[in-house]
Amino acid sequence: MGAQLYYEDVEIGQSIPAFVRETDFMNWNRYAAINDEFVYIHMDDEAGRAAGQGGAFGMGNLRWAYVLNALRSWIGDEAEIRELALQFRSINHKNDVLRAGGVVTEKRKENGENIVILDVNVLNQNDEKTAPGRAVILLPSRG
Amino acid sequence: MTEVDTLVTPEMEERKGVWGTETVSFPVSESDIRKWAIAVYWPETPPRLYWDGEYARTTRWGGIVAPEDFNPFAWPVPTGTFEPVGAVPGQQNQRGGNLLNGGQVDTFGARIRPGDVITSRTRLARWEERYGRNGLTLFTYIETEWRNQNGEFVKSRVATVIRY
Repeated sequence: MGAQLYYEDVEIGQSIPAFVRETDFMNWNRYAAINDEFVYIHMDDEAGRAAGQGGAFGMGNLRWAYVLNALRSWIGDEAEIRELALQFRSINHKNDVLRAGGVVTEKRKENGENIVILDVNVLNQNDEKTAPGRAVILLPSRG
Repeated sequence: MTEVDTLVTPEMEERKGVWGTETVSFPVSESDIRKWAIAVYWPETPPRLYWDGEYARTTRWGGIVAPEDFNPFAWPVPTGTFEPVGAVPGQQNQRGGNLLNGGQVDTFGARIRPGDVITSRTRLARWEERYGRNGLTLFTYIETEWRNQNGEFVKSRVATVIRY
């Protein structure tokens, strides 16, 4: 596990360490196997081309997992992820190098909870923002 | 490919806003969680919270929990009739036959643990049609709620499904 993050350690504008993966069938087939997600467009280049996407492409839900992994690695095991929202705007092509990460936009204490809000995204090797979104996390306090 | 005015079906109109039948998961196992974590962290070893019970007991969770994205409804039985989703190799695709995951908004509650049995209900909340880069495109918004065997809120999701 990573070190535990505390509310007092967080600054607005802070970037979180990226969760980086080069994706191909090694990642996608494992995800298909656990999520029972055997869809031709994720397995077969011909189906991907028939869908107008150039070839087989990755699951949005795997990028979703990568954002959660980036958040979890940054906040540590004692913190909570309360909300996550993503829009899958671009396709995850084979051999893309994805960087899931985020920037802190807000922090506040409310009803006894230490709330931190981030803009999150998954960038590819061309710095294309493939999955913009927002995360809400709850952190422990040093106080 | 024939031109169509709308991808909205009469069945969608009937189902709009109506909660479907509840679905109950099989009990979640430690092995389900471990395999899930391995797949989404591949090729890196996943965090111990997801597979090392001795470590997990020292955390606030008191034991192994599942990653937030864990799906206890994968691999149902009976398996039903197989109908491929989206484009199929060697077949002419119909307008509206292409499917993409447009994104989702999740709110998380109780963590999922080994032994949990999750109950899910889903409804078609609303939709909108627009012309996009793939022509006539239908965005449907599907709401899902999960609760565990103790009636605790586990997760809500509003998912966007794109058809073109």
